[in-house]
Amino acid sequence: MSARRIVVTSGKGGVGKTTTTANLGATLAKRGRRVILIDADIGLRNLDLVLGLEKRIVFDLVEVAEGRCHLRQALIKDKRFESLAILPAAQTREKEAIAPEQFAAIVEEAAAQVDYVIIDCPAGIETGFRNAVAGAEEAIVVTTPEVSSIRDADRVVGKIAAANKPIRLIVNRLRPEMVSSGEMLSVDDVCDVLAVELLGIVPEDEDVIDTTNRGEPIALRDAGRLSAIYDKIARRLEGELVPFTTFDRQGLFGRLKGALKAG
Amino acid sequence: MIEFLRRLLGQRGSSATAKERLRLVLMTDHLELAPEMIETMKRELVEVISRHVEVDRERIDVSFERQDSALAMLANIPILSVNRPSSNGNGKRDEIPPAPRDAAKPASPKRRTPAKASAEGQAPPTRRRRRRKKPAPAPAPATN
Ligand SMILES: Nc1ncnc2c1ncn2[C@@H]1O[C@H](COP(=O)(O)OP(=O)(O)O)[C@@H](O)[C@H]1O
Ligand SMILES: [Mg+2]
Repeated sequence: MSARRIVVTSGKGGVGKTTTTANLGATLAKRGRRVILIDADIGLRNLDLVLGLEKRIVFDLVEVAEGRCHLRQALIKDKRFESLAILPAAQTREKEAIAPEQFAAIVEEAAAQVDYVIIDCPAGIETGFRNAVAGAEEAIVVTTPEVSSIRDADRVVGKIAAANKPIRLIVNRLRPEMVSSGEMLSVDDVCDVLAVELLGIVPEDEDVIDTTNRGEPIALRDAGRLSAIYDKIARRLEGELVPFTTFDRQGLFGRLKGALKAG
Repeated sequence: MIEFLRRLLGQRGSSATAKERLRLVLMTDHLELAPEMIETMKRELVEVISRHVEVDRERIDVSFERQDSALAMLANIPILSVNRPSSNGNGKRDEIPPAPRDAAKPASPKRRTPAKASAEGQAPPTRRRRRRKKPAPAPAPATN
């Protein structure tokens, strides 16, 4: 049995790839899945920090690629979720430090051990992006409801679609009140423009910053609304039909319609 | 207050503008990213037009231009000679020898194609695109 290999990507930086990778990974692990998260953002390592695992890094992705250690030596197990591990990126190396075949081989090896391998993709559409996408068989594109983020998302969607890999969309940092006042694109608008199936909607939420400050996955906060949101995303990823939360005035019906339209 | 009045008047905030601008910029991006599609369109245009007039294949020029809320495809197709006499059905074009009979038109998939007319890259109906890199099948609309 080989894992599902999913790349989390966006084109634009700072829209929530790392946040999504970390929290989706933790949520899947909480649901009992075995998960390896790979930080492919060489030179800009962050996934470890978001998950509070930065102190435990011994080896990194590039060292594994160069054969200086085994994959299992470089994997950091998360103590809070036993079935979650991350492979950190190298911090002091160039993006080109790793060849596509090397990256793909590492993903393969990781995939043999778990249910999900989720790759946190670097921003941009160059080498790092190409490696990350080549290593995956499906993609989650993250965008905020802003024009530049959506345009960049469209670029990566085009590239991934050209490689014939299925793509689903997470709209991150949605501000429902702004959508209601007509000052922010709605999720329907975003889906319309991008013509990609919707996987999830994550509102702008202070808890993201707070949990990131502490290095705690959102899935640990059972009471918070974000925890429930990521849980829904995880379930959709696993094929469950989970209705979308209504954040804006277009309501559930519009959302469903949007999902069907894009589907 | 202004916001309130605007809403009262049925105008929406900046999100409507954002969507409109995005739609256009993405269409332009897609076209730029699919030069082979433009070549295909050119070739097929020429095929259709050549049934009626002889065109200068070397000097054909296709470009795209924003016009208000739509993207327009401008095709400049120099005509060398007219194959058959025609009844000159419409007076819209003056610089160019009239294309043949109107009856021939339905054969052409493009709307107001020939010569200097601009075929509007029409807007929404093609939501389910996304298969860009493939050589566009037959008469691909500009939205693809
Ligand atoms: N839903 C959200 N609500 C509030 N802040 C968010 C949300 N998603 C991401 N952020 C913040 O946005 C910033 C960029 O997120 P990050 O995941 O690092 O983006 P990327 O990996 O795409 O560069 C971080 O400071 C993060 O805490
Ligand atoms: Mg990141």
